[in-house]
Amino acid sequence: MTPRDLFFMRLRGILRKEVLQILRDPSSIALAIVLPLVLLFIFGYGLSLDAENVPIGIVLKDNSSAARDLAARFDLSPYFKTIHLKSMARAMDLLDQRRVDGIVHLQSDFSSGLFSRNPSPVQVIVNGIDANRARLIQGYARGILQKWTALRQARGEQVAAPAVKVSQRIWFNEAAVSRNFLVPGLITLIMTLIGILLTALVVAREWERGTMEAILVTPIRRIDLLLGKVLPYFILGMLGMSLSVVVGTTLFHVPFRGSIAALVFLSSLFMLASLGFGLLISAAIRIQFVAAQISIVAGFLPAFFLSGLVFDLESTPRFIQIISHVVPARYFVSISHTLFMAGDVWPVLLPNALALAVMAVLFTSLAFRKITKRLEG
Amino acid sequence: MDTVRRIIALMFKEFVMILKDPKSRFVIIGPPLIQFFVFGYAATYDLKNVRYAIFDESRTSESRQLLSRLAGSDNFELTKTLLTEEDIAFMIDHEKARLVIHIGSDFSRNLHTGRPATLQVIVDGRNSNVALIALGYIGNIVEQYNRELAEKGVVSMSGPGVVLVDRAWFNANLQSRWFIVSALGGLISMVVVMILTSLSVAREREFGTFDQLLVAPFNPTEILIGKSLPGMVFGLMDALLFAAGAVYWFGVPFRGTIGALILALGCFILTIVGVGLLVSSLSMTMQQALLGSFVFMMPSVILSGFATPIENMPHWLQIGTLLNPLRHIIAALRDIFLKGADVSMIIHQLWPLVLMACFTLPLAGWMFRHRSQ
Repeated sequence: MTPRDLFFMRLRGILRKEVLQILRDPSSIALAIVLPLVLLFIFGYGLSLDAENVPIGIVLKDNSSAARDLAARFDLSPYFKTIHLKSMARAMDLLDQRRVDGIVHLQSDFSSGLFSRNPSPVQVIVNGIDANRARLIQGYARGILQKWTALRQARGEQVAAPAVKVSQRIWFNEAAVSRNFLVPGLITLIMTLIGILLTALVVAREWERGTMEAILVTPIRRIDLLLGKVLPYFILGMLGMSLSVVVGTTLFHVPFRGSIAALVFLSSLFMLASLGFGLLISAAIRIQFVAAQISIVAGFLPAFFLSGLVFDLESTPRFIQIISHVVPARYFVSISHTLFMAGDVWPVLLPNALALAVMAVLFTSLAFRKITKRLEG
Repeated sequence: MDTVRRIIALMFKEFVMILKDPKSRFVIIGPPLIQFFVFGYAATYDLKNVRYAIFDESRTSESRQLLSRLAGSDNFELTKTLLTEEDIAFMIDHEKARLVIHIGSDFSRNLHTGRPATLQVIVDGRNSNVALIALGYIGNIVEQYNRELAEKGVVSMSGPGVVLVDRAWFNANLQSRWFIVSALGGLISMVVVMILTSLSVAREREFGTFDQLLVAPFNPTEILIGKSLPGMVFGLMDALLFAAGAVYWFGVPFRGTIGALILALGCFILTIVGVGLLVSSLSMTMQQALLGSFVFMMPSVILSGFATPIENMPHWLQIGTLLNPLRHIIAALRDIFLKGADVSMIIHQLWPLVLMACFTLPLAGWMFRHRSQ
């Protein structure tokens, strides 16, 4: 037998063991196939930053046709579900009880103001607890007001047009659907879960159960051990990724403008970086309990908070931005946003791919060394 | 009396289990604190330093005046002045700038002849939320500019217009950090408690020591109490620490009462201990326990209203979120911090938590005995 044959024989042996172990514990299969589907389903419906049918109260103190016309614009808007109220006190009560998220108040001098020197105020009060939503509501209200002004102007009714008007184009996501950027991010989260959490427990478990010593006395070398641990979980992770992409594009109609080849290549890099990180944790820490904690704290939570998945990274303080550079998910979130919405823009993809490749090599070789050390020591 | 002594003995063992190992000791205090600070800074919807480029074909004092407003804003950061129209696509595609401002050559001519002058904004929609917020900021700047033009009489106006006067309650400057950080403590303490309790029984099962516990003179209720207390203590400690951090470090206002805060957190941690022990009692190995707590935690974070509003979900899912303990505590925490709620105002968030605890804790206790290999 040549050394190569021996290598493949050993690899086959350890792979067989790992695969059997995965197959016999239904929880890992569940993690790779059922969990992505369930999560994508829940997240796809549950995560949305687009407000629709926001309940707002309208207090109309002015019964002129102009005021009623403007109120009707709010009634017709898909963004709002309006409740007409008689008094401001009642409206404020409802706002306090969260029955409405905002109040539009047209004072009794609204229409007379339209013809005098001072501009007529349209008062909009929002519940500021959810600042992001509050800002969106203000934006919608402003949009309605602008359209109404333009309409009156077109009809030749007296109203001042703004001197400068903003014409906006949102590229790659014309309707600004938040799902289009949240679903690609979720795929990152799901892959992180499989890559880091599952593998973090793999080696720690062998130590804790004492089966590592049994492996040590076999002719299996550390490279076989590493490959045997990486390959099955790599396949599980890629399976989860493919499932998520298919569901995301078919069920949630997220556009996919890049190429499949780029997706497979780049997600393999990300998967390897995550697997390497997970293995490093489990090789460095022999206790499953601690390995699990660390994989969540250092792997999963940063993938949610420090990756640009929901919260914009560029607006964070500089030290957060620096920390985020060691989070693999950060690079893959950027990659998946570009791949899904913009296409194969290599000047954006390549630096991210490079960072992932460096991390994959770094984490895996560190894990490799950690395993070695234990074997010799 | 014997019961109390046995519970104390068991509790002592549980605390020693957690505290004797320096790694696991660190895990309860260190990482949660680090997370709280890092995520407190990272989790914000307010934009700062949005990189933008300008393509000014007008190059008049008016266009420069408008652009200087943008340059003076903290929210924006100029990266490049473009010379050709083709550069716009390049900047956006390659993420060199997140938005490009284009002012046409007829800008100031239109202004002076009373026709609307257009400011074109091209935004990268890859993050649609950033795009919308940035457009909102620009809308505000332009609106203010318009008002000043009219006041100075630079533009002839056919008549006065309509202005939007907006005001936000409970959070006047619309700082999203208040919204996030007030709830963050609930989220992180849930993770700590969930891992602590879900692994507690599973670990003993995996090592085979749980059978010893079962044959020892403990009844299931005593085991349940002994197993719950460490989670309760550490969880409540962490959560209160985070509440203090939110107020003293992040400057989130605390307008409610301390009593309401402690009561709400106590009810919440109790519920999570119940869920954690239930998961633990169902698991045979630590891996299963961990996956089980993930299956619980992931959806509960997403469907809690922590990052995205519950109101944006489809109706059937909104009803489903009522079963999510995290949803209730997050709403309660925000009410306590920002709205100044006392116990009576959060009671409708507390009783679902207590109800859930009344269901999960006894079920977990029953499971201890009835599920064995």
